[in-house]
Amino acid sequence: MSDTVLHTSASSIERREALRDDAVAQYERMLEIRGFEERLNVLFATGAIHGTTHLAIGQEALVVGLAAELRATDIVTGTYRGHALALALGMSPRAVLAEIMGKSEGSTGGLGGSMHVSDDAIGLLPTFAIVGAGLPVAAGAALAFQYRGEDSVAVAVFGDGATNIGAFHESLNLAAIWKLPVVFLCDNNVYGEYSRINLTTPIEDLHLRAASYDMPADVVDGMDVAAVREAIAKAVERARTGGGPTLVEAKTYRFAGHSRADTAPYRPEGELEHWQQRDPLAKARQLLADGGAAADDLDALAGSVGASLDAIIETVQSLPDPDVTDMFNNIWTPPTGPHNEKAAS
Amino acid sequence: MRFRQAIVAALEDEMEADPSVMLMGEDIAVAGGPFKTSEGLLEKFGPNRVRDTPISEMAFTGAGVGAAIAGLRPVVEIMFMEFLGVALDQLVTGAAKMHYLSKGELTVPLTVRASIGSGTGFGSQHSQTLENWVTATPGLTVVTMSTPQNAYGILRAAIQSPGPTMVLEPRNLYAVRGTVERGAGGMVTLGQAEVVRPGNDLTVVTMGQTRTAVLEAIAESGIDAEVIDLITLAPWDRQTVLDSVAKTHRLVVVEEAPESGGWGSEIIAAVTRELFGSLSAAPFRITTPNVPVPYSKQLESRYFPQPAEIARQLGQYHATGTVPTPWWVLEGLSNV
Repeated sequence: MSDTVLHTSASSIERREALRDDAVAQYERMLEIRGFEERLNVLFATGAIHGTTHLAIGQEALVVGLAAELRATDIVTGTYRGHALALALGMSPRAVLAEIMGKSEGSTGGLGGSMHVSDDAIGLLPTFAIVGAGLPVAAGAALAFQYRGEDSVAVAVFGDGATNIGAFHESLNLAAIWKLPVVFLCDNNVYGEYSRINLTTPIEDLHLRAASYDMPADVVDGMDVAAVREAIAKAVERARTGGGPTLVEAKTYRFAGHSRADTAPYRPEGELEHWQQRDPLAKARQLLADGGAAADDLDALAGSVGASLDAIIETVQSLPDPDVTDMFNNIWTPPTGPHNEKAAS
Repeated sequence: MRFRQAIVAALEDEMEADPSVMLMGEDIAVAGGPFKTSEGLLEKFGPNRVRDTPISEMAFTGAGVGAAIAGLRPVVEIMFMEFLGVALDQLVTGAAKMHYLSKGELTVPLTVRASIGSGTGFGSQHSQTLENWVTATPGLTVVTMSTPQNAYGILRAAIQSPGPTMVLEPRNLYAVRGTVERGAGGMVTLGQAEVVRPGNDLTVVTMGQTRTAVLEAIAESGIDAEVIDLITLAPWDRQTVLDSVAKTHRLVVVEEAPESGGWGSEIIAAVTRELFGSLSAAPFRITTPNVPVPYSKQLESRYFPQPAEIARQLGQYHATGTVPTPWWVLEGLSNV
């Protein structure tokens, strides 16, 4: 049962494809992300995992809406708040959790951890732990697609805080003058680390920044998976057909603190509660119910997702740690034969 | 041909050989490069492969990383090494980690070229070598060049290298002339130091434009020194240096960089650890003083280790086995 629901034995590409045009699958993936992040919070709090973590509770609609519109050949750069993105794009909860727990089965073999999950099969580069660092790289991947005349796109997912770093402005400028097939997706969750946007940024409507680069921009309710999908579909289509880059701002809210240690005491009173009333999961569920889904079935879906996650946690905790030799691997890139092998293939 | 023409030749030959090789940088296309190191390449290969960028090192270095991951072999030009400061994240924290963080699935065949060094009167913000910004990053290969011939071979090897490679080009040498063999015979193997001059009295390790200064100093002093041009700074060729010092029992490193934190300390630490018992004198370094690069022509030429100063220090070391005092300490200008 759990395997069917979560597609845990499916490849990451199949898991992503399952989202396309399937509102139930999208809701289920959002449940999976929420359940995963909530359980992770407990695992960190109880000391079962070391290091830090950055949860994306409340921001599920954005990543699922994005994933539903991409292809396997597209490339995505994400941030240290990256578990949700990885799960949405198709990585299995087992692979993501194993990485976060530093297990050898993890996506980087336990060498990266929470902030660097990756999956080459679905074009997710190791997520970037430096604010803004993924934007130039996405622009570069888009450059490679354009160079070869392919219709793949690159997507950079980043937070509102990244729009104040040079990489954002330089990348938008570069992408605009070269008309690169890239989508800049700003997850405006109101907080850059511990600081509210009004303390750090003179505007709160960040899509307006695209105007400086003569770039099309869109702003969307990031708590609504269908709205996100629609905006992404338009931007991706523009990129695939030679129309160049788009800046999409999704208005979301970070229900959790910045990282493991942060309880977010700096929030204005009532703000969290206000946004919780717009919970993307509740909205998605309501839409399914409006479409005729039975409450019992939706409850059962949530129950089975939770049970599957519990089973996965149990399994992953008992997986082996990496071997000490692993930390000495894959540092220097070995020669792979003729230097133009890749270009020729 | 001139050193800078050897760079053009290397780029041209790689672009001919591999359609995935492309160039990005400031003023490299229409203008042919501020140092004319890409002259004629736009005309030959077109604007898709030879791209002028905005003055945005962070963006175009990072774009080089992304393009390399996605299958191109980008060659990014940083006009002056100092400009890499705003893009260091993309190279050190980005490019050099991707292979490691993907179980070896991702490769970043990116070449970043930067002009380095003093001698051209560009002042303190355009004359540093700054190799120590990049030599302490596992996964990032760092190479230098010192003659038109090795400029050609090293750059081609860097572009062919499967991992991220930083190429440091002493800009004071761009106008130097020399014969250059193009094609397979002109190639250089990265990671391998060049024994420029065999000798038995002592070993001198050089990098970039200190090679010529050392050769002049040796010709002047008559010491039978073994001169090794390190060429690859990271990961450097320990075996060639160790083999040489095992023979000569003495080591001097000549660097074009302030005395503090220089790459020569690394060489001396490794050699001392491996060969301590067989050394007949303490190894030492000839460097620049711990000052920014001064502008005045008179001062800038004092800043760089001149052949006469190198000859004086090597002569004392050779004759007495004692470590010489640098000129700025002798003249009471600084304590270290």
